[in-house]
Amino acid sequence: MDVRYVARLARLDLSDEEAGLYQRQLDRLLEHVRRLQELDVSHVAPTAQVVPLTNVLRDDANRPSLEREQALAGAPAREGAFFKVPQIIGDEE
Amino acid sequence: MIRRSATEIAAAVNARQAAAVEVLEAQLARVEQMEPQIGAYLAKTEELARACARRVDERIAAGASLPLAGVPLAVKDNMCLAGTVTTAGSKILQGWVAPYTATAVQRLLDAGCVPVGKANLDEFAMGSSCENSALGTTRNPWDPERVPGGSSGGSAAAVAAREAALATASDTGGSIREPAAFCGVVGMKPTYGRVSRYGLIAFASSLDQIGPIARTVEDAARMYDVMAGHDPMDSTSLPRPAEPTAGGLRRDLHGLRIGLVREFATKDLGEEIDAVYQSAYRQLAALGAEIVDVALPHAEYGLATYYLIAPAEASSNLARFDGVRYGPRGNGTNVQEMYARTRAAGFGPEVKRRILIGTYALSSGYYDAYYVRAQKARTLMAGDFEKAFGACDLIACPAASSPAFPFGAKGDDPVAMYLMDFYTIPMSLAGLPALSVPCGFASDGTAGARELPLGLQLVAPLYQEARLFGAAHAYEQATRFTLDRAPAGLEGVR
Repeated sequence: MDVRYVARLARLDLSDEEAGLYQRQLDRLLEHVRRLQELDVSHVAPTAQVVPLTNVLRDDANRPSLEREQALAGAPAREGAFFKVPQIIGDEE
Repeated sequence: MIRRSATEIAAAVNARQAAAVEVLEAQLARVEQMEPQIGAYLAKTEELARACARRVDERIAAGASLPLAGVPLAVKDNMCLAGTVTTAGSKILQGWVAPYTATAVQRLLDAGCVPVGKANLDEFAMGSSCENSALGTTRNPWDPERVPGGSSGGSAAAVAAREAALATASDTGGSIREPAAFCGVVGMKPTYGRVSRYGLIAFASSLDQIGPIARTVEDAARMYDVMAGHDPMDSTSLPRPAEPTAGGLRRDLHGLRIGLVREFATKDLGEEIDAVYQSAYRQLAALGAEIVDVALPHAEYGLATYYLIAPAEASSNLARFDGVRYGPRGNGTNVQEMYARTRAAGFGPEVKRRILIGTYALSSGYYDAYYVRAQKARTLMAGDFEKAFGACDLIACPAASSPAFPFGAKGDDPVAMYLMDFYTIPMSLAGLPALSVPCGFASDGTAGARELPLGLQLVAPLYQEARLFGAAHAYEQATRFTLDRAPAGLEGVR
């Protein structure tokens, strides 16, 4: 595993020190999880969750939800009724 | 009053022998006295508590009878409580005020509970010692040099130190049962889907489950009965009715077959601990249970399975912490930079490790080899339990691999910490209800070490919470390990 590459996928900046430490620790963990390769799972179905619930639906009807002001109250930056973020599309792309 | 059980407090408040506001003031004084030593809470919620206590007294005066009238409650800080700071023990949520209340917590408030504060936890409930909290240190009431367990360490320590009668907790791979064992209290994880998770900050959604921590089995059963049951706000909540449990507590174990797991021989845990568990198993037989031998041949793969599935789900759930809608934001000239810096500054090392391993297990080229294979191993594990429960009604085994350990004892090897959950993870993967009840004391063999509590784990088939509590009560009443003994220095608590 290339910890730098995975950190980019996860949108996580790592210092050099962190990258070295996590590389070592995660290699050790991967060594442990490789034990699963010993199992014969060729005829086993995967389990996503254990209770027999599928397609839980509700009526498509309006109902009360958080007020806009409540939803925006924890935002680090806002403008009017919106969450404000730095530039998304531009030179960097 | 505050050394009494939740059941006794509720009875006294319902009978108007005590007012909820009086119970609360005594509880707050106790918290004030203990917090410098224990550190169970990240925040106290006195103002809300006083309002709740007054409301309880008003309802009682108006003729109501409430199942948990006036009972002081600690709320694990990964559960939303409207108007209070809710952090999940993370810097990335520091100062965030929850705009609504989790269903499980709301049901407890409606039943008369009074919320004293928000309990410490490992960051995002990832850990087995509470040492991963970014916001505070919690100490074990039985020995302040040791961890309280985790991730629900604040919840377990608060209840053990009489800083609350009950605490909410959440369990993904052992986070209720292990700290309950370490702190000498009762902790129970219900069947997956039994208790609504609406308002619980998600860690691993196919595993997370809310449950009670209490000083007695009866208290835990009453608390579970209030929290359990379908909630339309959580689409994974079970639509079937939750059978009440507190009325079915037993005095003996006649007619029950209890399975001991062949692969979980306790000899390796050391002579002293082995003796405690052997004595617990003999006690189960003395109470009338038929002891049988069962096998969980895939349990040894539990840790490997769990440490792919849980981080994979966590990496997805924690994608929402991106500096846009809540929490402190990192600076960046574009949004990608902002995300990466926010997350770098906001998450602690264990959370970063799990995000990395989970992202890797889900990444292109590795998904089938890691994530899907782990899901298949999970099927094998659930099948083991199904077979075992063909031969027994309950399973008994340790709740943790050791008693509470000293701070820093697990060093920087994450796998050493993960091994603490060896006995609890297989049940989580299979979604089964399980609890930890105190079963004796042991030192860990180090010179001058104090006696520390150990937990017996009982496990039931899916949906059999009533059987689980019923049997645990019989065992607890026959043994009384922590009913008659409090942590040193806490005996005189009124």
